[in-house]
Amino acid sequence: MGFVTTRNLARDYDVIVVGSGAGGGQTAYTLALEGVKVLMLEAGRYYDFRTETPMFQTSHDAPLRGASTPDKAFGFYDATVDGGWQVPGEPYTQASDNEEQRFEWWRARMLGGRTNHWGRISLRNGPYDFKPHTRDGLGFDWPIDYQDLAPYYDKVEMLVGIYGTNEGLENTPDSPEGCLLPAPAARVGERLVAQRAGKLGIPVVPIHRAVLTAKLDDARIPALLHPGNPRAQALVAQSMRERAACFWATPCSRGCSIGATYQSPAVHLPPALASGNLDVLCDAMVYEVTTRNGKASGVRFIDRKTGKHIEAKARAVVLSASACESARILLNSRTSAYPQGLANSSGKVGKYVMDTVGSDLAGQVPLLENLPPHNEDGAGGSHMYAPWWLYGKQGARWAEQGLGFPRGYHIEMGTGRRMPGAGTGAGLEWLTKGSYGAKFKQDVRRTFGSFVYFAGRGEMIPNEQSFCEIDPATKDRFGIPVLRFHWQWSEHETRQAAHMQKTFAEIVGAMGGKVLDGGPELDGRKAIAPGGYIIHEVGGAIMGADRRSSVTNGWGQTWDVPNLFLSDGAPFASNADKNPTLTIMALAWRQADHIVDRFRKKEL
Amino acid sequence: MDRRTTLQWMLAAAAALSVDVSAGATPARKKGGKPKGYGTDPLLTKRYTSGELWPLTFDAAQNRSAQALCGLIIPADDQSPSAAQLQVHRFIDEWISAPYPNQAKDKPLILEGLAWLEAESAKRFGGKRFDQLDVAQQSQIADDICWTESARPEFATAARFFKRFRDLTAGGFYTTPDGMKDVGFVGNIPSVTFDGPPLKVLQIVGVA
Repeated sequence: MGFVTTRNLARDYDVIVVGSGAGGGQTAYTLALEGVKVLMLEAGRYYDFRTETPMFQTSHDAPLRGASTPDKAFGFYDATVDGGWQVPGEPYTQASDNEEQRFEWWRARMLGGRTNHWGRISLRNGPYDFKPHTRDGLGFDWPIDYQDLAPYYDKVEMLVGIYGTNEGLENTPDSPEGCLLPAPAARVGERLVAQRAGKLGIPVVPIHRAVLTAKLDDARIPALLHPGNPRAQALVAQSMRERAACFWATPCSRGCSIGATYQSPAVHLPPALASGNLDVLCDAMVYEVTTRNGKASGVRFIDRKTGKHIEAKARAVVLSASACESARILLNSRTSAYPQGLANSSGKVGKYVMDTVGSDLAGQVPLLENLPPHNEDGAGGSHMYAPWWLYGKQGARWAEQGLGFPRGYHIEMGTGRRMPGAGTGAGLEWLTKGSYGAKFKQDVRRTFGSFVYFAGRGEMIPNEQSFCEIDPATKDRFGIPVLRFHWQWSEHETRQAAHMQKTFAEIVGAMGGKVLDGGPELDGRKAIAPGGYIIHEVGGAIMGADRRSSVTNGWGQTWDVPNLFLSDGAPFASNADKNPTLTIMALAWRQADHIVDRFRKKEL
Repeated sequence: MDRRTTLQWMLAAAAALSVDVSAGATPARKKGGKPKGYGTDPLLTKRYTSGELWPLTFDAAQNRSAQALCGLIIPADDQSPSAAQLQVHRFIDEWISAPYPNQAKDKPLILEGLAWLEAESAKRFGGKRFDQLDVAQQSQIADDICWTESARPEFATAARFFKRFRDLTAGGFYTTPDGMKDVGFVGNIPSVTFDGPPLKVLQIVGVA
């Protein structure tokens, strides 16, 4: 077992897992460590974070000093391989020409998927986030609640390593003692934000991110994760010893060669592979789930290297290809028995696609000018954030509370003396009145590190106008029908985006700073980032309590096909402002435990 | 501002700050055409030099003009060399020569701007090339175009050129080892602990 080719695929497996990111990685980990034979199919290429990650490289070494290009939308050093909002040869289409009705779909074709480049921000959904409809009558409730998932949040946090603190804030759950790693010290700019935003009533507290601020305790944690399973404990302990603690340099978005951040290939795959129960096949583009007698029998995929169509068989199938890709596979698994696509008797496959509401604002703060040089790299991302603080103005009577929108957002921030990039010293005219020469050099020195950047990340409510379907005309380079997107923000989101802009401008003002030339944008329709830009793609096969209005039950098990499960963002019934990755992993672990249990009871 | 402008502004702000938040920062969308850049799977651990991935554009005269302007915008002082000494014009050439839309749109602006600069230099200073002028003479031209807001209408296009050229010069300069040192960037080195800002820094800002 291990990394395999199409030639040495076994004849059958217990479970096929499609995708190797947060959902697929966690699923394969849990199943393999419990003795289940798993085949993981990844559409992208093999990726070795230990040798491929550009650690310490500066922009000077990169083409265009690392600037963003269509080939690498987040800059040259972003970890993403063969991905982006456009993937060559793998198009998707838009139902409307209207700019505001587009959904931009980010994919990564590599082992570990989007877990290699993600922001590492790891926030638990709170109790309200599972019952949003009950609270304000909008959207859908999940068929599970926070207490169902809490033990799995605990486990995931202990396994992957999350730094942060417990603050006892509303709907922002604390973790039990021993789950979290120490939060890194706040940077000076973050402390100034905390001081000044605090005066506006906005709490700024340590953020939770998946970075090892200390080595994981391999003597304590494995027994908590895998009680009664000494072999799993030993493998996980070994894997923990192979991950180093953060050495406080190199942005996490590049990936991490020492394994100090969560990436599926650094955390989930090593112990699963070491168990001998996991085969991983890369370059395997799954396009269809096969069925026999009403049950899933396996999948069909295209070997990207040869173009051959191959079938693999298993007793159960887990789709974790990303929310929309999983929906695409289901819709393309259309047969005479399933004319609407597989697991789609509800007609809800592809429906209720959600992203996160995003709106950003930058400012410049004279108080932060001319500070003595000091190293602010820290944990390769933010150390502080502001969780949503206005729950008191929400709920059933939200419309009377004056906010004008029902759901919340959190504030992420960027400050500090970051490693210079292609944009350093650029766009300063509004501060320098066009200086050049010796004066310009002084201006750049003075202002370096004095900028603050706020990013609002808020909850979108699922709506009937935001969905994906199969485009009847367009196929990708493999001949697989592609997705066509429909998108519409509602006022619930655009008003929230306007509120973000207003709030960020207030914080910049409270810091004695000036908002970057051109802002704030108080028209929410202009302030909101296009659908898909925040890459928090969830929904498309939501879970629910009623098979007529949802695709899966609370286990992510499809109502129609009992041995077919969804284990990515697709089953999310809502998209809280909390970044989805941690919740994807917690759901996946819980689902995998359920699958193991069903196997043991011979119910699958 | 229309929606597109707003987004460009918002995303440019994020890019300029090189911030690292949860996604959504710097899209560069392909709009048709067949860019032959470094592709979607370039080797990330290699050191690249200007001219290696795609051919450069500047001829000898343009190189001279661009280098001289780099030197005017970021001159040498007691803390660091000039952008001309660090060959930043080579980076600007790499930039405008790139097979990518955001870079390619700078190409006419920069090339026409350099031509304007030479013509203006010859007109004002008896046929002299820009690189032959002393700093006072070069500044006489630059003062007319250094700020888009205050530039007279006849200099509006040249001012747009200067703004862009200065941004590129800065990006090219401050990413060099000398430039990073100049702004006091002292990170990108491994350490066992992260202790946060020194007390003195906290006291200055009033957050000790």
